[in-house]
Amino acid sequence: MATLAPIATAPLERLHDTWEARPGLYGILATVDHKTIGKRYLVTSLIFLVLGGIEALIMRAQLTHANAHLLSPGAYDQLFTMHGITMIFWYASPVLSGFSNYIWPLMLGSRDMAYPRVNALSYWTFLASGIFIYTALCIGQAPNAGWFAYAPMTLRPFDPGLNMDFYALGLIFLTVSTTIGAINFIGTVMKMRAPGMSLNRLPIFVYGTMTASFAAVFSLPALTVATTYLYFERHFHMHFFDAAQGGSPLLWQHLFWMFGHPWVYIIVLPAMGMVSEMVPTFCRRPLVAYPYVAMSTIATGIIGFGVWVHHMFATGLPGVSMSFFSGASIIIAIPSAIAVFAWIATMWLGTPVWKTPMMFVAGFVVRFVIGGVSGVVTAAVPFDWQVTDTYFVVAHIHYVLIGINVFPVVAAFYYWMPKMTGRMMSETLGKWNFWTMFIGFNLGFFPMHISGLLGMPRRVYTYPASAGWGSVNLITTIGSAVFAVGVLLFVINIFVSLRRGAFAGSNPWHAGTLEWAMESPPPPYNFAVIPIIRSRLPLWEDQLGDETPGMIPGEGHSHVSEGVVLAEGRETFGTSPLEAHPLHVLHMPEDSMFPFLLAVAMLGTAYGLVFSLWWLAILGGIGMLACLIGWLWPRHLVTGERA
Amino acid sequence: MPRLSRRLAPSAGALGSCALAGCTPLNVLAHDGVTGSRETGLGWFLVIVSCAVICIITILVLVAYARSRKRRTRDDAVFAGSSGVPWVMWGGVVIPGIVLLLTFIFTIGTLDAVAAPTRSPAATVKVIGHQWWWEVRYEGTGPSHTVVTANEIHVPVGQPVKLELTTNDVIHSFWVPALAGKTDIIPGQTNTTWIEARHTGVFGGTCGEYCGAQHAHMQMRVIADSPGDFQKWLADEAAPAAKPADPTAADGLRVFMTSGCANCHTIRGTGSGGGVGPDLTHIASRTTIAAGTLPNTQANLMGWILAAQAIKPGSDMPSMPLPSRDLQSLAAYLETLR
Repeated sequence: MATLAPIATAPLERLHDTWEARPGLYGILATVDHKTIGKRYLVTSLIFLVLGGIEALIMRAQLTHANAHLLSPGAYDQLFTMHGITMIFWYASPVLSGFSNYIWPLMLGSRDMAYPRVNALSYWTFLASGIFIYTALCIGQAPNAGWFAYAPMTLRPFDPGLNMDFYALGLIFLTVSTTIGAINFIGTVMKMRAPGMSLNRLPIFVYGTMTASFAAVFSLPALTVATTYLYFERHFHMHFFDAAQGGSPLLWQHLFWMFGHPWVYIIVLPAMGMVSEMVPTFCRRPLVAYPYVAMSTIATGIIGFGVWVHHMFATGLPGVSMSFFSGASIIIAIPSAIAVFAWIATMWLGTPVWKTPMMFVAGFVVRFVIGGVSGVVTAAVPFDWQVTDTYFVVAHIHYVLIGINVFPVVAAFYYWMPKMTGRMMSETLGKWNFWTMFIGFNLGFFPMHISGLLGMPRRVYTYPASAGWGSVNLITTIGSAVFAVGVLLFVINIFVSLRRGAFAGSNPWHAGTLEWAMESPPPPYNFAVIPIIRSRLPLWEDQLGDETPGMIPGEGHSHVSEGVVLAEGRETFGTSPLEAHPLHVLHMPEDSMFPFLLAVAMLGTAYGLVFSLWWLAILGGIGMLACLIGWLWPRHLVTGERA
Repeated sequence: MPRLSRRLAPSAGALGSCALAGCTPLNVLAHDGVTGSRETGLGWFLVIVSCAVICIITILVLVAYARSRKRRTRDDAVFAGSSGVPWVMWGGVVIPGIVLLLTFIFTIGTLDAVAAPTRSPAATVKVIGHQWWWEVRYEGTGPSHTVVTANEIHVPVGQPVKLELTTNDVIHSFWVPALAGKTDIIPGQTNTTWIEARHTGVFGGTCGEYCGAQHAHMQMRVIADSPGDFQKWLADEAAPAAKPADPTAADGLRVFMTSGCANCHTIRGTGSGGGVGPDLTHIASRTTIAAGTLPNTQANLMGWILAAQAIKPGSDMPSMPLPSRDLQSLAAYLETLR
């Protein structure tokens, strides 16, 4: 294998030609560049965010006052279900995958993800499943039983349309994307780090996405099983959930929440990780208690598998089992408290610079705590019996998902967009963006706690004036409209930045992690030379010297601009999981049409299954098989020489 | 027996407690029942602790902001700073650990206290959730003592009452905030809960689990009577329907029997035996129709019979385009069913 001797000049042109996707349609459909895929993830999931937001605004219009008749009950049911699944499945997780896809290899000092073609497939199936589920809305038969879709209401006798078939197949379809995406992240973190980037030098963001990926791999099978059962019961007269035939409605709930609760952590841990990247940059010091935060991230992921029954406290379970799950649901607050105090201590012990991302992060910390304590409230079983399935829980889930996902995501756009596009987003517009979103969010969603305590059940399409919820709902609607204006400002800021943003340079925030080492936007090959890492914050070593965290005395400094070139085809290092010793030179795959074609074949199969067009389903299946054969067909290495 | 509608307004129960935003019958933090008050006590503890935590964190963030305004630094300078681990140990582990432990103990204590009544229940009521109304059954010593009503549960005040909850369609959830938190009603299993009202009055309740298009219109009421009134109510309800006393009512009975109503509804003593919709034997004794959707007045009854699908789209009750004379007689007859 190659030596670690520094090479002064890298053959940049050759690297560029090797890694760049071909121009034209082929390049667009066949590219496996993690940066392109990451950007596609981000744009697509933002589109889903806007769609889900429009659905929410229509519902808020209906709930503005008592006895409104803007929507029929059936339309309202479809809207709240589509809003839920859009935000939870097609926005919240994919947007984080987008950031991880784009940032990880740059942060880890690699030239690509571990499985670039799988990465492309993951994106195409995400897009195709989103098109599939929105087909249902376009034909007026969108899922309509709520995002957790309790059986038996989802079964044919109570829901004879195609609505829940779209739900079951759409989720199975999306699960393919999420599962292979997670496997790709796990493979990447285990094998694709720059030499010397041992586990104690990994950014917290990497810990967040890694934990989420493990959680996804272990929890998604429960969802796949549940939705497959649902499809079989609806189409082939099986009886998994039909009590009259010996099935159990509670089976659905257990399967769904065994998946569902870990999923909450899947869509917040990477976001918390992004916060742990931004806080040190803007507080001008390393993160306080890094090992505690890293360990609490993993602990949350693990304990997250032991709390699912807290969604089912009212189902008549024995007291002992409720006590256990109540205890687990209360304990899981501890790792989150550790993270919160690590961020706050970093702010107190550092010197915060209040750029827009930092404003969003500070706003996030407050909302994180509100969403956290309302979570503890619902973990207390007897009080949960009162507030479960009311607007109190709606408030909780929005404080968690908007507070802990959307706000860090917006912050991350302000933070990493300059890296992706080479241009800064406007600070002035950013401050407006922050205040409208912050005020709108609290005005819109805090009153939901009140309407919940006043007894307003969730998922009611209207309410009587005598219930006394009118004024609270009016405030909520106004707040959500203000929040929507904030989101609009954010989107405007993105477009303004693309055209007129100031040039960012390589490291506009003077951050310490590796993704800020190369120019912005990064070249197709990421790094001209593979860096060698000796600390957790390689770009701060100049200033911090031996105090840089993760540095071992006597081992020397990181080398970012000198190292091994690896320019014989698409090459990068494969390293050992713990210490990141270089083990192999990996030959990364070329661009390929097969991921795209496979996703198209899967879309065909899904349409065939939902409309019971069996010929189409079979045709799609044959197409999938053909794509897989083509994909796996042995071919000669481009360079002809193995490492 | 006194007309129930008269008791509605001045009751001392949940309907009378006007808390946060005017009159809110389902307010979780206004309570009257034995279990409801336990749950509410835990709720106040949680709400107060939560608000304290939120305030502390918000202040910490704001102070961090204020401090940073004073010591401005160059944007590109970096300092190693002190380790800060005590922050995390105290703020992240020790203090939350103690608070959470207290929360857990309080939770388990409350869970134990509300698990079962200390005395044996004075009555057992079967509540059956339907899309989208509540069937309420008191099973006495024989068929002639069985009481079947809908959307209103009468209980004796100051005594525990056991509720057996079942359904044959989808999942519902029994919830009367002032008396007890939710217990889901799940096909294939019988869940039980108990309630005990401390004062006479009317307590609002609603379905707590999304159950389809008209989940929003699935309310019910618990009416706590003095033990004497309760026994009298039970006896009255067990009796078959009164015979029509005047020609209009007799005509109304004819309309009921011949227009299809009897296919779905039962009025005991008339030969009708439909089991799809609510038992109407004593419908005039109830305060609302269509599961809390409308107050039970003659005008509302006529509107409901004529245009149920406009009022509650998707429900099993069809809109019945009856001639206006038939409609009036029918409503007049139903008004006599006290």
